[in-house]
This record gives sequence, C-alpha cells and structure tokens, in this order.
Amino acid sequence: MTITEDEIKVWLDEVKDPEIPVLSLNDLGVITNIDINPSGKVVVNMTPTFAGCPAMDVMQQDVVDVLTKRGIEDKEVIVSFENPWNSNKITEKGRKALAEFGLASPPKHNMVVDIDIIERVDCPQCGSDNTEMKTPFGPTLCRSIHRCNSCGESFEQFKPV
Amino acid sequence: MNVEAVKDLLYKMADDQLVLGHRNSEWTGFGPLLEEDIAFSSMAQDKVGQSWQLYKILNEMGESDPDTVAFMRNADQFHNSQFVELPNGEYDFSLIRHFLFDTAELLRFQFLSESSFEALALLARKIKGETKYHSMHANIWVKQLGSATEESILRLQSSLNEALPYALGLFEESKFEDELISEGVFKGEAVLKEAWIGEITKIINQSALELPNLSSIEPVLGGRNGVHTEYLQPMLDEMSEVFKVDPTADW
Repeated sequence: MTITEDEIKVWLDEVKDPEIPVLSLNDLGVITNIDINPSGKVVVNMTPTFAGCPAMDVMQQDVVDVLTKRGIEDKEVIVSFENPWNSNKITEKGRKALAEFGLASPPKHNMVVDIDIIERVDCPQCGSDNTEMKTPFGPTLCRSIHRCNSCGESFEQFKPV
Repeated sequence: MNVEAVKDLLYKMADDQLVLGHRNSEWTGFGPLLEEDIAFSSMAQDKVGQSWQLYKILNEMGESDPDTVAFMRNADQFHNSQFVELPNGEYDFSLIRHFLFDTAELLRFQFLSESSFEALALLARKIKGETKYHSMHANIWVKQLGSATEESILRLQSSLNEALPYALGLFEESKFEDELISEGVFKGEAVLKEAWIGEITKIINQSALELPNLSSIEPVLGGRNGVHTEYLQPMLDEMSEVFKVDPTADW
C-alpha cells in the first residue's frame, strides 16, 4: 500500500498544540511541508510560532510519534525558519477552535504589526469591540491580555505576529 | 564568507540575549505589578530562546552544542556587553535598560533580516516580529512613567544617566567590522548606533526626560572581548548550577 502526502496531513490532525489543546498543528499553520522521498522516507518540515516556544520539542516529538504509530519507519521531522510562521497562517477552522476555547484570534494583517492592530480586538465572550489591551504579554509567549468594557470580562488574544 | 567574523557576531548577540534573558527572569515573582512580572518573564523566555537559536547556528558552524556553550563557559569567555550583566537594580533601572537595549536589538535584527548570511537572515526575520512587542512595551512605559509624577521622572532620569555609558558599550566595534560590512553580513555597529540614537531620541522627546549629550559620554567597553564587571560570574554560577550538578537534567 502506498501512502500520500495528503493522508499524512490528515494523520497530523490529531497532533495538537500542547498549550492550546483544541488547535491542531495543521490549523495552527506550523506544518510547512510534507514530502515522501522516492525511497519512501517521510520528511515533515515544521516551524515554531515563536523562536523561544518551549512547546516546540513536544510538538516535534508528537509528530514523530504519530508517524511511528502509523507504521512509518523511515522518517525525519525538521524544524527550521525557512518558511517562517506568522499569525495569518492560522486557518479558518483554527480560528473557530480558538474562539470556542475562549481566545480571540489574531486579526489578519499585511505583515506590518503595530500597536493599533494589537489593540483592535473583539471580545470572544460577547463580541463587543469596546475592549482595551492590558498587557502585550500573557500566560504563554503567543498570548496578550485584554479587558472588555462591555461585559467586563478579561480575555486573552492569540497575538498577531 | 569570513567564518571567524560571523562567529564573533553570533557570539556577542547570543550572549547578550542569554545574559539579559536571565536578568529579566530574576523579575519573576518580584514584578511591581502582575502585568510587569508576566512581561519581564515572557521577555526572558523569548530572549533565552533566541539565544539558543543563535547558539544553534554556531553549533552548525562547528562550535559546541548550545547547552554546553551556555552553561560551561566562564565570564571571561562571554562576549556580551557589560550593560546586560549589571544587576536589575530597582524597576526604573530595569525599565531603562529594557528600553535602551531592546531598541538596539530590534534595529539589529531588522538590519540582519537582509544579511547575506542566509541562516542568520532567516532567524532575524522571525525574531524581529517578536522583539517588536518588547520594544513596544518599553516605549509605552518610558513615555508614561517619564511624564507621570516628580518621583517617576526623577527615577527614570537618574537611571537613564547611569545606564547610558553602558548602553553605548553595546556598539563596541569588533576587529571584523570591515569584513562584516563589505560581505553584506551586517551593516556595522556605527550605523546601528546612529539609528538607535534616532529611535531613543524620538521616544524620550515624548516624555519629560532629557537625553544627555551622548558625544560627551565615555562608553564602557570591553565586554565584547571578555572584560566584565564583578556581577557576571556569580550570575553564570547561579544560571548553570543545575546543569553542573546533572548535565542530563530535563523537565
């Protein structure tokens, strides 16, 4: 039986971001390439959201584990910055998963992130746009902390990068 | 490409990130308010992670692995500027150092994102996006506290005056300056310093603080060549304590 890159991609749906367990690596946008060599070797390329992301080793190992579980013996999972991540790479499905998790999605941007973009965020609880940023740093490197002036709740945003 | 020149550049940047990252982490649990505690802890994590990526490039160029390089050298083998090794002091000094250093850091990575050395350019393109948050954070607080009360202005001004000779030491030129510039690896410390002066002036002018005449300040040099203050070795001893007891320790 021959496997395809598309099948491997589907397998990887079960690998989640350990810090946001509702978000798959596919939807996070950190899987940058899947390739099957003529010899049958599977090579998966991935890239970190933040250079210092402490969850990267775990995610890399999780990808290896999924391939092992599916019976792939000849494999390599490479982490590099060749195809760098930015928050626009989170898929629509990923954005929905973030909202259900209670996290505001990063606004799409044209690669120029300034203070206006970071502060312009809708409350994931009530949908109001009357919100303010409390701090650009949160419980993980990829989140900022905000407060909604309409419903009074604090919430976090997956930061635009 | 002049390999020695590139290694020299990578070491001084990585050591700056690691040492200041560690100093930032010393605020964990001690921040003047929760948000600042989280901010300095997050920046610590970013900076230490960035240093690891820089050490990794060095590793690919034949140097030891990142952990060994980070934990097994003594102070005189470190190439960080003396500025980043100074103790945190009170929050005003840490904030001013954060502002002066991170402004330079952001510009440095912006320049390096166009480096002819591909591995460094790729990493710099990544890091400049993250570092923007650091710089933004520093600018907000310097503008706010630098125009708030008599005490906050006085404290920031005196920390600024104290920090500047060390901050100017960030731009200590290496013996490879000409090679790095002519090979398109890096625009050089002199160009970086000019851009930095422009940026810090812009922010300071939006506060009640005054920027002293920089040309009359003698920069504190030596860090890039392993000359350090009495504060670095004890910090390294503490940082490497676990690694030296058990190099395989993991979590």
